[in-house]
Amino acid sequence: MKRPIAGGAGGAAGVEVALPHPRAAGPRPLARLLESERLLATLLLTPAVLLLGVFIAYPFVMGVWLSLSSTSVGNPGQFVGLKNFAKAWDDSIFQIAFGNTFFYTFWATIFKLALGMWVALLLNRVFRGMRLVRAAMLLPFIIPTVLSTFAWRWMFDPSFSVLNWTLYKTGLIATKLPFLSDGTWALWCAIVINTWRGMPFFAITLLAGLQTINPDLHEAASLDGANGWKRFWHVTWPLLKPVTIVVVVFSIIQTFADFQLIYVLTGGGPANSTHLLATYAYQLGVATGLLGEGAAVSLFMFPVLFAVVCVQLWYVRRMEGA
Amino acid sequence: MNTAKPEDNAPSQQQVNRRSFIKTAGVAAAAAGGIEGILAARRAPAFAQGTKLHIVRWNDFIPEADVWLKKEGMPAASKALGAEVTIETIGFNDLQPRITAAVQSGAGADIFMLYYNWPHLYANALVDVSDVAGEVAKAQGGFYGVFEPSMKVGGKWLGMPHSIVGNTIAYRKSWFKEVGFGAFPKTWDELRKAAAELKKKGRPYGQTLGHTFGDAPTWAYPLMWSFGGAETDKSGKKVAVNSKGTLDSVKYMTALWKEGCDEGGLAWDDSNNNRAFHAGEISASLNGASIYIVAKRQKDKLKDEKGEPLYLDIDHGSFPLAGGVGQFPLYFSNGHGIMKYSKNQKPAKDLLRWIHTKENFEKWFQACEGYSVAPTTDWEKHAMWGKIDKPLQMFRTAARNTRIFGYAGPATAKSTEVYSKYIIVDMYANAASGKMKPEGAVKWAETELKKIYEA
Repeated sequence: MKRPIAGGAGGAAGVEVALPHPRAAGPRPLARLLESERLLATLLLTPAVLLLGVFIAYPFVMGVWLSLSSTSVGNPGQFVGLKNFAKAWDDSIFQIAFGNTFFYTFWATIFKLALGMWVALLLNRVFRGMRLVRAAMLLPFIIPTVLSTFAWRWMFDPSFSVLNWTLYKTGLIATKLPFLSDGTWALWCAIVINTWRGMPFFAITLLAGLQTINPDLHEAASLDGANGWKRFWHVTWPLLKPVTIVVVVFSIIQTFADFQLIYVLTGGGPANSTHLLATYAYQLGVATGLLGEGAAVSLFMFPVLFAVVCVQLWYVRRMEGA
Repeated sequence: MNTAKPEDNAPSQQQVNRRSFIKTAGVAAAAAGGIEGILAARRAPAFAQGTKLHIVRWNDFIPEADVWLKKEGMPAASKALGAEVTIETIGFNDLQPRITAAVQSGAGADIFMLYYNWPHLYANALVDVSDVAGEVAKAQGGFYGVFEPSMKVGGKWLGMPHSIVGNTIAYRKSWFKEVGFGAFPKTWDELRKAAAELKKKGRPYGQTLGHTFGDAPTWAYPLMWSFGGAETDKSGKKVAVNSKGTLDSVKYMTALWKEGCDEGGLAWDDSNNNRAFHAGEISASLNGASIYIVAKRQKDKLKDEKGEPLYLDIDHGSFPLAGGVGQFPLYFSNGHGIMKYSKNQKPAKDLLRWIHTKENFEKWFQACEGYSVAPTTDWEKHAMWGKIDKPLQMFRTAARNTRIFGYAGPATAKSTEVYSKYIIVDMYANAASGKMKPEGAVKWAETELKKIYEA
């Protein structure tokens, strides 16, 4: 069939194009349905929505419900409003765990950022065995946390610590250092392990960011007489800031909700001095069977993490708008 | 002439007619479904084909006990019951997460091992096993006193008592002798003196005050009770921990800690003391029989400073010590619970009956060599006690006088909350570490206990 080209003045132009021959009965119903953008979008989004609903939304809503109820293991419980939150707030162990979580997250993130940046700057140079070193850097991040924490626990062991043994044999100490048997020491030990484990993530991500910076910028700054520090502060840092913000935000979320490390290293002891919100919530919910109270303790993390995510989203949008 | 009717003949493996089946089932039913019925019928009970039973227990500190269960015990039970029994052993700390997940999802193992007073914690999810408990108690001399408050809830046995891991103090005979103690100290004061002398020689007493389920609470609670302290009054509703008895016990612990203990114990778990003892780092420690048994089984590896097998220099001293208002231990009592969601409750009960039949239990009991004692008193008379090494013989009567936490009140779920939060252990840890004064530590414990018991 030949029709005049669209926009043409009927047959006046005298140009005709060939168009596909439409089926006499029109498109099949399925094809017609799929041509609807709205329907197709719904179909394509459904699996993702289902996954998010089942694995993210449902547990979250369930957690909120549990925190507002007197549910214990095998007992559905009743709605108790904010009673669990009030009880937790008044609980001295919770108060320690709450303070520890902020302390642990703050210092671990600072150390991871500082060391990660330093290592990234070193790895950004060209040297022999560069690729091997970069790959090896990731090892602490790859090893399962439980395994690496067990290894650290042995190194900090009150009786058989290799660190104590080495320091003693070299004459640097006369008595054992109380790595895990003193509350303050134990919390700092946990921060050291968290830094060791998380620093490679910072280093590799910042390294990726560094490699996107055009070397000409550094060269131009050098020609202008900028020293190493000024080149870092005025060239590297501003360009690396977006990556850094994202890495820091991810790290805060992970560190704030850390569980495995403390659970394996100290179990929250000695005398609750290393409990974090996650480990205390577990102790209440699982060991004591108080699912409602455990959920309430863990939900204390939510406002903090929500604020962190909001800051991240705000920053990302601002960067996109810039 | 044979006058017997055909149905009087014992049924053969190949030939089972309806009448003989009913008779067989009748025998079993007459024995209240008991193991005697199963044995009398000489065949497995008529469970549906393909019946499977799943039992979850801890990894025993005596591996040979688990080996027997896995290689001989449960295969024999499968044969006897006509059901496929699967046994799974997991770490103690993984038991509660598994139970919680199973109860909340309504699916999982048919039988779980239960410790201390866990039946109070999972009361809504457990099947009444009073019939099995009643039969076993009646046939074997009655349960030790600790089980009734621990495993009986609302007049029903929700946990079937299985065994008790007794605790005594493993000590180095020669080292104690060197500081003037030919036998283990009898009183708390003597222990303090001996520990102080030993610590001066670099051989401190080893005790955990960490967050660990076994040795820390089994030390802390009996210490408090020995000095007359208690969590609550008899009603369990009024906190009574802030008393002279408790304060004296905390002061004692603080002094013992500084003068005689390995101060790294604040970070120990339940296995640290075993390792420290075997390495010659400590002179004594509260323990089940595992320090001795492992030292004996590894006698070629574990030697004392003279090169002699270490186990020859180990003996056990009574715990708790005398000198207070009494001696009341907290031992690691345990049992089994059948889950309400299980579709195999009847076979599960029969498995518990099978486990507690004298001839079956005896094999497991002997594999433990005294590390675990039976739940009933008759087993104190068992010939094994005369055959095992002398240092292990004191475990024979170890389970007598055992208390459970919550004392002087009932062992409710609230007392489990106190235990799970390590409040009593931390009361001692706070004072021993110098973080709080003894008075402050007791006051702290009182405040925490009030939030639980009086809320």
